[in-house]
Amino acid sequence: MKREIPLLITFIVGVVLIVSVFVPPTETLGEDFSVFFDIIAVFAFFLGGGNLVQSHFSKARKRQTDWGYSIVTLVGFVAMLTIGLFKLGNPGGISAPPTAEGSLFQEIFDFVIMPLSATMYSLLAFFVASASYRAFRAKNREATILLVAAFIILLGRTPFGMLVTGWIPESFDILQIPNMAIWIMNSPNLAGQRAIMIGIGLGVVSMSLRIILGIERTYLGGDD
Amino acid sequence: MHVGKSTSLYLPQLFFLFLFICNFLLLSLVYAQTDDPLLNSEDSSVAIPDSELVVVAPVTSLIAEDYKYDDGKQINLSWVPSIDDQLVGSKVLGYRLFRIIDDGKPELLAKLRCGANSYSDGKLKSESVYSYYLEAFSKNFIATSTRTVPISPEREWINFDRKYLFLLAFIIGGAVIFFIESARRGKKLFVRKIAGLEAVDEAIGRATEMGRPILFIPGILDMNDVQTLAGITILGRVSQQIANYDTKIRMPVSRSLVMTAARETIKAAYQTAGRPDQYSDDMVNYVTDEQFGYVAAVDGIMVREKPATVFLMGAFFAESLILAETGNSVGAIQIAGTARPAQLPFFIAACDFTLIGEELFAASAYLSGEPKQLGSLKGQDVGKGIAMAAILIGVLAETIGTAWNVEFMNDVVRWLTILFTTQ
Repeated sequence: MKREIPLLITFIVGVVLIVSVFVPPTETLGEDFSVFFDIIAVFAFFLGGGNLVQSHFSKARKRQTDWGYSIVTLVGFVAMLTIGLFKLGNPGGISAPPTAEGSLFQEIFDFVIMPLSATMYSLLAFFVASASYRAFRAKNREATILLVAAFIILLGRTPFGMLVTGWIPESFDILQIPNMAIWIMNSPNLAGQRAIMIGIGLGVVSMSLRIILGIERTYLGGDD
Repeated sequence: MHVGKSTSLYLPQLFFLFLFICNFLLLSLVYAQTDDPLLNSEDSSVAIPDSELVVVAPVTSLIAEDYKYDDGKQINLSWVPSIDDQLVGSKVLGYRLFRIIDDGKPELLAKLRCGANSYSDGKLKSESVYSYYLEAFSKNFIATSTRTVPISPEREWINFDRKYLFLLAFIIGGAVIFFIESARRGKKLFVRKIAGLEAVDEAIGRATEMGRPILFIPGILDMNDVQTLAGITILGRVSQQIANYDTKIRMPVSRSLVMTAARETIKAAYQTAGRPDQYSDDMVNYVTDEQFGYVAAVDGIMVREKPATVFLMGAFFAESLILAETGNSVGAIQIAGTARPAQLPFFIAACDFTLIGEELFAASAYLSGEPKQLGSLKGQDVGKGIAMAAILIGVLAETIGTAWNVEFMNDVVRWLTILFTTQ
């Protein structure tokens, strides 16, 4: 029964959602099911929060390696929870929303969490450089084609590309670097992306059918 | 002296202030003249002599039609714009659309700009009766159209606009089920080798030999995303191998439901491998829903614990390269898979193996080696065959139709466009 009931629910929901695409009166069922999912996900927040506290508390108590980070996590978690729940430092008081302008909760979000997130995001610039360095080394024929294409796009997206090839007459303007960059993006690149998208669409259909028919049940914890 | 010096010092500022005020007044005048007519189109109560009236003609042929194939919630309106609605020097400044429900009072439904000739009225009730009329207005004149015939939106039970989608879904879905059944009956099926999945055993073995953990990252979306589901199904196969090899797995997640599903999956895998005692809930832990908070935590785990193998399987966004490059920097063998085309180049650049798009969804079936699962992969090939044939025919028909103006080829292109366009 532990397997049969979830499989039955999956089957019914899957079939109903497929039918709703073709039967107008059931069109809103997709939205209704996503509301059910949101309700379940809200309860799951408690699971996540509980796990976070339990694992870090246990780590700090046992003085495991890097237990100091667990203390920072716990302090941050409890501080944000308390400030948000009891609206501490909120000019509108307990009845105001926790994200009201000027509230301590919002201030911490704006001046601590956002800059920290931006810092992590900005690391991407450096990682793009290091990944490009590795990817664009002309080790073989394919990598050389990639390098040349990347170089053309890089130049084509800057004014330098026009500066270098702007003198080419209009009848041969495809040879201007910005136009070559546009052609690479709109033709070979787009064709490749669309091929991947078609494959993804078919893969999703196939996997969904496996799940709906109960052939794939690993996500439920196994085949037994 | 002091006063004089001070006055001369302030003169430039006064001059600029004067310029600013003049500029402001001019701009106000310009804006007053070019105000949006749709926002300032109320009737003037001041009597205007007939000679100054800018008379405009009303719209004609106003028709209200029930939108076919919906749940009785939409009416489509179409009309021929006023003859005074011109692209240049138009006397008409815009239109006001009114709706009357069940012979009640007219209510303003929408303000429309010049050139508008259609409108869709949605969220209606099938038990009510609706009629509409339009007002075309100039700066001092309103021309009202005739009312439409009262109409009720009707509920349809089948959406025939999607008949071709149904046909394609039926063929592809039917092919998948057919091949699953064929495989179940024992028919041998050939599935090409996928390098990334062939390397799974090697990657787990490497971690075992090095005595370092394996990190599994299921993306940052929840269980309602098919990529996360694919990631979890791969986790089931991978963790069975991990249990067999008695290696340590670490799985930080960014969604609570994924945590619960992953725990169940790993627990079942350890039971199947005959090592239930080796399983611990600590293998999977929730970090945060916040995208970059999660990235920071996972990067920290990578740098501190130096995993020998990293699996990145699921839905990834801007964090894909940050995670993959950090994994690369700690010397981990990395196998990634996602169905987000924008993130694939990053994984290809930074990971040892990448499952591209459909391979992510095929991975679980491929790793299981079960005939009925492999049969579903074969069914996909029918879909690919249809796509390839349609692309080939479409390219040929478009080329021949355009180059030699062959009407039949143009019809083929039109038919293919209809077939593959979802309403």
